[in-house]
Amino acid sequence: MGGEAVSRFWREIPQRYNLIGTKCKVCNRIYFPQREVCPFCRRKSIGKMEEVKLSGRGKVITYTIIHVPPRKFEGQVPYAVAVVELEEGVRVTSQIVDCDLDKIKIGMEVEATFRRIQDDGWTGAIYYGYKFRPVEKHEDKK
Amino acid sequence: MREVAIIGVGLTKFGELWDKSFRQLITEAGTKAILDAGIKGSEIDALYVGSMSPGRFVGQEHVGALVADSSGLSVMHIPATRIESACASGGMALRHAYIAVAAGIHDIVIVGGVEKMTDVVGSEATNILAMAADQEWEAFFGVTFPALYAMIARRHMYEYGTTREQLAMVAVKNHENALLNPNAQFHRKITVEDVINSPPVATPLNLLDCSPISDGAAALVLCPLEKAKEYTDKIVKIIGSGQATDSLALHGREDICTFMSTVKASREAYKQAGIQPKDVDVAEVHDCFTIAEILAIEDLGFVKKGEGGKAVEEGLTARDGEIPVNPSGGLKAKGHPVGATGVAQVAEIVLQLRGEAGKRQIPDARIGLAHNIGGSGASCTVHILEAV
Amino acid sequence: MGKVGIVSYGAFIPIHRIKVDDIAKTWGRDGETIKKGLGVYEKSVPSLDEDTATISVEAARYALARARINPKEIGAIYVGSESHPYAVKPTGTIVGEAIGATPSLMVADYEFACKAGTAAIQSCMALIETGMIKYGLAIGADTAQAAPGDALEYTAAAGGAAFIIGKDGVIAEINGTYSFTTDTPDFWRREGRKYPAHGGRFTGSPAYFRHIINATKCLMEKMGTKPEDYDYAVFHQPNGKFPRAVAKMLGFKEEQIKQGLLCPFIGNTYSGSSLLGLAAVLDVAKPGERILLTSYGSGAGSDSFDITVTDAIESFPREKAPTVSQLINRKNYIDYAIYAKYRDILYWE
Repeated sequence: MGGEAVSRFWREIPQRYNLIGTKCKVCNRIYFPQREVCPFCRRKSIGKMEEVKLSGRGKVITYTIIHVPPRKFEGQVPYAVAVVELEEGVRVTSQIVDCDLDKIKIGMEVEATFRRIQDDGWTGAIYYGYKFRPVEKHEDKK
Repeated sequence: MREVAIIGVGLTKFGELWDKSFRQLITEAGTKAILDAGIKGSEIDALYVGSMSPGRFVGQEHVGALVADSSGLSVMHIPATRIESACASGGMALRHAYIAVAAGIHDIVIVGGVEKMTDVVGSEATNILAMAADQEWEAFFGVTFPALYAMIARRHMYEYGTTREQLAMVAVKNHENALLNPNAQFHRKITVEDVINSPPVATPLNLLDCSPISDGAAALVLCPLEKAKEYTDKIVKIIGSGQATDSLALHGREDICTFMSTVKASREAYKQAGIQPKDVDVAEVHDCFTIAEILAIEDLGFVKKGEGGKAVEEGLTARDGEIPVNPSGGLKAKGHPVGATGVAQVAEIVLQLRGEAGKRQIPDARIGLAHNIGGSGASCTVHILEAV
Repeated sequence: MGKVGIVSYGAFIPIHRIKVDDIAKTWGRDGETIKKGLGVYEKSVPSLDEDTATISVEAARYALARARINPKEIGAIYVGSESHPYAVKPTGTIVGEAIGATPSLMVADYEFACKAGTAAIQSCMALIETGMIKYGLAIGADTAQAAPGDALEYTAAAGGAAFIIGKDGVIAEINGTYSFTTDTPDFWRREGRKYPAHGGRFTGSPAYFRHIINATKCLMEKMGTKPEDYDYAVFHQPNGKFPRAVAKMLGFKEEQIKQGLLCPFIGNTYSGSSLLGLAAVLDVAKPGERILLTSYGSGAGSDSFDITVTDAIESFPREKAPTVSQLINRKNYIDYAIYAKYRDILYWE
């Protein structure tokens, strides 16, 4: 996304900020991103898709550490991206952050966090969205 | 439905061709194909061209008309159609040209594939290639095209024990094959260590696991089988053609390590051809990354799911193996001008079945298969050809 | 339904830290001297993908996780910061969307150097007292910028805290508040400039100390209290020395300020500073305990609050979000080179 219309981003805010997906009330399958029609129920599902907020908790199905970035991601190299399977059975793709890169494993438990994904340069809009961080056991100490 | 033959083949060199423009490349390939077929330009009824993103690479859309014009065919006002399916644009163009001829709509059809990737800087090319992925739900988050295949590789290694070395062996084999292909981008022997030690791109894939950025074009001349003898003795016919899709994003797949698009498209082609995978004598498969070739030989049914790595290691897919794969050098070593690839793969199979593949000829090749993938497996075409 | 107060709270501190030693080394200074002089050992650093909006959202989400309210019942969101991602387009709208509080919502962004967050609390209190809203969300968060090589570089840090204010289910009542404000140019940043400027030693006595002392004294006079009436005192923490000094001047003891004194471990989180201190206190406070909070914002002003913890804190589900202590302990050290990249000090196009 470079200098493109902000409307394309704005439209996806509920999904990008809050992981709002849709559930087919006919077969109960959950989809993310949102769908107008269930691929399995097809016409039976028209008008029967309701919004559902996903918990953001899931586990890593597969991942990679990117060393050759696309433009605008150079400062983050090396960074990890992963396919994460959320509790609801839906899979999404995003970065893994707040984690030593060599500690990332298939099966690792993660939770969604709100981060800056991209921006349209110094003067452009900022696009926020979800990334994932490891679910840690919190330790008390001072 | 009529049977369709391929009577002409044309290829440019693949590589960083600084002095050749988009128009020059496709015209060169088309001209070679027409001369090879022995037809006159005025006999061409229609043109199909596959190109992934001339709009971003050279700022040019409307390339159906452009290619007809550059090749001197627009003076005859023939129909020209540009087909796009990311990296499967070429194979897709052939598929739809084939359908037109088989259905009796056109007789002589020229199919081209072309991509001019070096008129933009490397990082821009990376961004353009990522358009084959899901823009809103993959690329937006910083995912690159190599990253998608890297994630497939990592999962394949996790589920099936495929090793890093086995991945590298695909690149080693294809480089070895390309030494005998004069049009290939690379004429350089490499070792497994070279691959593993090359700079990391997206772990576990390194630079030498990835096909390069290339310029190039390829073209084929299609003709109804019943007319082919008027032009040539070396007739190769299309006996199977398949096309399929799968979810655009990798995370939408049923199984990260299986390309259902390959499975469906190939089964459709095998069924039409009346053959089994084991009947294929030679194959050109889509090795945009080393892992892609391993997945391809599994999904095409040459080996069982999970055994692709072992098959490469045991030499099953070497030129002297049971099922030689990518004798041209594959996308890895021959080059991957995106839109041209699908057409070039079929061109190689035609040459193999005609016995014209020179030093890299696979002996007694009678049935060949070409497999072309778009994106991370969201679209696929498979064509099966037989020597007549 | 009694006094207006804090219904819930949440905090967030980015994971990265840089040691004062490493900053000192870059500029050829002695780390030990600086640590002794400032009373700060390390500070928090935001990643490239973090900013005041992301920190505010995380803190707000944690506050909501602990509260048992419907986000749509939040009637106003005020985010106070001196590093809002946009000069024009309020951080509050991003937070509002990210917590599901939109669209029936009042929003505006606040700026008052390091006390913008407490100003937000005061506004929420008034809106609730008048019955205009049921709950208000006040946030103080920053990803402070400091000029490379400047004294502020050792302490300018990142972090934030969010407070849900209301009358229903209050865990800490706000008995009263008092603000002391003057036009004192001790520290400022001109529009369009990247780094702030300051008056050196002028930021001490006529600025920080004058305003905190006056605000606190006037509040205690208004409330009829003395320092020993409070179990905890939280002051704005630009470094580890000032809050200790002002506490002493006002008659507070080390044990009272200890729990809320975070600066030595995370630096000065600017608009998050006194609010994170308050959150740290609420993490351990028991029913009946009394807290004095005085913030300070350059320019200049102080907001002072008298807070009493209620019985409701016993059943308050703190465990649903990380405590300030857990956030402080969740850390990853980076060196000056990575710090420079993250803080966008390197020139690159």
